[in-house]
Amino acid sequence: MKPETLLYPAPKGLYCEKGNFYIDPVQPVERALITHGHSDHARAGHGHVLATRETLDIMRLRYGDGFCGASEIARLGETIVIDGVRLCFHPAGHVLGSAQVSIEANGTRIVVSGDYKRRPDPTCLSFEPVPCDVFITEATFGLPVFHHPDDRAEVLRLLQSLGQFPERAHLVGAYALGKAQRVIALLRRQGYHAPIHIHGALAKLCEYYQREGIDLGEIRHATVEGENRPDLAGAIIVGPPSAFSDRWARRFAEPLAAFASGWMLIRQRAKQRGVELPLVISDHCDWAELTQTIRDIAPGEVWVTHGREEALVRWCQLEGIPARPLHLVGYDDEGE
Amino acid sequence: MKAFAELLNRLVLTPQRNAKIRLLVDYFRTTPDPSRGYALAAIAGTLSLTAVKPALIRDLLLERMDEVLFQYSYDYVGDLAETVSLAWEPPADAARADIPLGEIIERLQRTGRTEVRSLVRDTLDRLDSSGRFAFLKLVTGGLRIGVSARLAKQALADMGGKDVGEIERLWHGLAPPYLPLFLWLSGDGEMPVLKTPAVFHSVMLATPVAERELEGLDPADFAAEWKWDGIRVQLANSGGVRRLYSRSGDDISGAFPEILDAADFTGVIDGELLVGGTARSNRATGSFADLQQRLNRKTVSRRLLAEFPAFIRGYDTLFSGEQDIRPEPFLVRREALSALIDSASPQHFDLSPLVSFSSWEELDRLRSSPPEPVIEGVMLKRLDSPYLAGRVKGPWFKWKREPFNIDAVLMYAQRGHGKRSSYYSDFTFGVWTEGEDGTALVPVGKAYFGFTDAELAILDRFVRDNTVERFGPVRAVRAEPDAGFVVEVAFEGINRSTRHRSGVAMRFPRISRLRPDKLPRDADRLETLQAMIAARA
Repeated sequence: MKPETLLYPAPKGLYCEKGNFYIDPVQPVERALITHGHSDHARAGHGHVLATRETLDIMRLRYGDGFCGASEIARLGETIVIDGVRLCFHPAGHVLGSAQVSIEANGTRIVVSGDYKRRPDPTCLSFEPVPCDVFITEATFGLPVFHHPDDRAEVLRLLQSLGQFPERAHLVGAYALGKAQRVIALLRRQGYHAPIHIHGALAKLCEYYQREGIDLGEIRHATVEGENRPDLAGAIIVGPPSAFSDRWARRFAEPLAAFASGWMLIRQRAKQRGVELPLVISDHCDWAELTQTIRDIAPGEVWVTHGREEALVRWCQLEGIPARPLHLVGYDDEGE
Repeated sequence: MKAFAELLNRLVLTPQRNAKIRLLVDYFRTTPDPSRGYALAAIAGTLSLTAVKPALIRDLLLERMDEVLFQYSYDYVGDLAETVSLAWEPPADAARADIPLGEIIERLQRTGRTEVRSLVRDTLDRLDSSGRFAFLKLVTGGLRIGVSARLAKQALADMGGKDVGEIERLWHGLAPPYLPLFLWLSGDGEMPVLKTPAVFHSVMLATPVAERELEGLDPADFAAEWKWDGIRVQLANSGGVRRLYSRSGDDISGAFPEILDAADFTGVIDGELLVGGTARSNRATGSFADLQQRLNRKTVSRRLLAEFPAFIRGYDTLFSGEQDIRPEPFLVRREALSALIDSASPQHFDLSPLVSFSSWEELDRLRSSPPEPVIEGVMLKRLDSPYLAGRVKGPWFKWKREPFNIDAVLMYAQRGHGKRSSYYSDFTFGVWTEGEDGTALVPVGKAYFGFTDAELAILDRFVRDNTVERFGPVRAVRAEPDAGFVVEVAFEGINRSTRHRSGVAMRFPRISRLRPDKLPRDADRLETLQAMIAARA
């Protein structure tokens, strides 16, 4: 079977006609496979959702019990057959519960990797390379300039600043699902055991991670109302980046804005956002990891979904690997 | 290099002055010599290195990288040094130990032009990406980190518990890597003694008069002087050595031998360098354009000396004889200056006269219609002000004439760099003139600042929606009598120019206002600009 007949981009997302399902559709569909819980991939309102248990839990936390008509748990490594299409979920290393989906019919196998990374992450299972005919990859950081540094060194820079400016509250911007918990877990691994304060938007997900056995240490709410609310000088406060330009941030002692994101590698990005301490911590692959993954898997063909696809396609061409961009829309390639 | 690179990363993104000072002090305290001294020099702008051309670092990257991938990367990042520092991949067997900044600088200083290429390659291989960025910014001379020399000196003062005035007084007698200075600041040595006579001393600068600022000040506390449109200089004759410095401390003695010859007094004076006749001769003072004939020359011909004789119009005295009188009040220093100039050559020295006034309104009228075209406003100096190094707010103000204004039509736009890398922010504008084919626009200048971010967004949108042609990175935009964009351009001065097609050259043009209310046909004509030159001559 030709791969482009097995799976192809349709207006609502990547579509498998033979199995009549979509992967990470951007509009409500009858049957959806969801790779992970980030809101641009996992949307509410589908008829039937197949995803890992953690991803289903995260969707329920975010959207409520009625987030879909019916849900079904996909166990990692177990094959499910839908109308002659064999499906299997494999860990993607992106955030808790994230998975790649392999789709196989008539001897052709396509792996949809969703968002993924190769670095060890204390909050989720590591990416597993799956041999395939077509590897579908994202290219969020698909330019040769992206080389993410060691995440431990980045966290040490935060701790160094805390020593240098003990009178200032250190506000760390981090996306609510995955990044926030990873930053907290990394701080704990570097021996930082003081309470870490969080914005209300992170509370449910942090509690969920802790219930899943991921040690985040002592977590406190940063938003305390009333007379004696603390100014949190010298403390670490983690919250969604959008909250920091808000009045919310002004309650703290001389706030110092940090931001944990792969984009922080580019100086002007940090400057434009008013970030004083950029922490280059990414839940995506950098250039070296994207290209190494393609080498590891050695697929017959590479399809590139979202991000800087032209550069990754160019690299594949130089390496003699057939590649093409899918031009999918609706995925937030800047949100990290 | 790691520590210096991290310092730069933090300084660029730290807005608060005090936080910047703390970052600097911590760096100076924890970094050994000579690295900290070279870092200081790099920040204060006193480090001189053989410049590496941007084309060289681009070539070095292309030795290892596909050109198409490079172009995608550069377009995305918008800064060459940053692109190269990020995309550079050292070979797997490259040594990874950090190299101290001092070692890098000393290696660069020892290296001849022909070996620069391999030295840069080798250094890039050994540094991490932040280190590569700092290194490339250093060698290409593009270190812009939002720290003035003054702020660096304040950090030095804080580090050693000294007064910043002491640092300023020593500053120009010291050189990188500033070993005696750091020895003194760390408490391990005496204050350095300056051995070279006639060194440059930081000049005192004025701050512009802000709106309504004068209301709170008493005219009786101030002296007023004309602000002459020449170049600010410092003339020193000390210990038998004569030197003429520009206000930034560059030695320009070679270009003005007649001034040096005439400086037969001992002392250090501050004044304006002008050409033509002094007030004490009966020749007219020349314009800034005349003065330009004498600038940026290492030597000077006999013809130029005769045609454009230079002189100094004295403002102030720093040293009377060998005595430092900077702590004395303005009027006392002026007495000393007046006595010195009285006995000096009348062709080469005169005294900048005080302008008498009794109210700010009166001074405002005088400022707006000065007696000579070579005046660009007035200076206000507190009668009791000591001579302080640098730009200190309070004792001295400058109150300029209103800049010139014209309405011009946008003609071309180019993308900016750095903060504005994604915007069309460099604009060429023109005015109407009669050409061979009837009335047409002729470009008269370029401006890339003056507008707010919100105005930039409007300009950028106009460029994108109205591009009629592209020449590489340059876009030509629609500019017809009834369709196009009019901007108000403000500038500080205007001269004839043989290099520009329009025959005029503006000084410091900037886009001061957008005029969406005007049509291009309402914009100014070249004759208006020519009349401005005529009025000044």
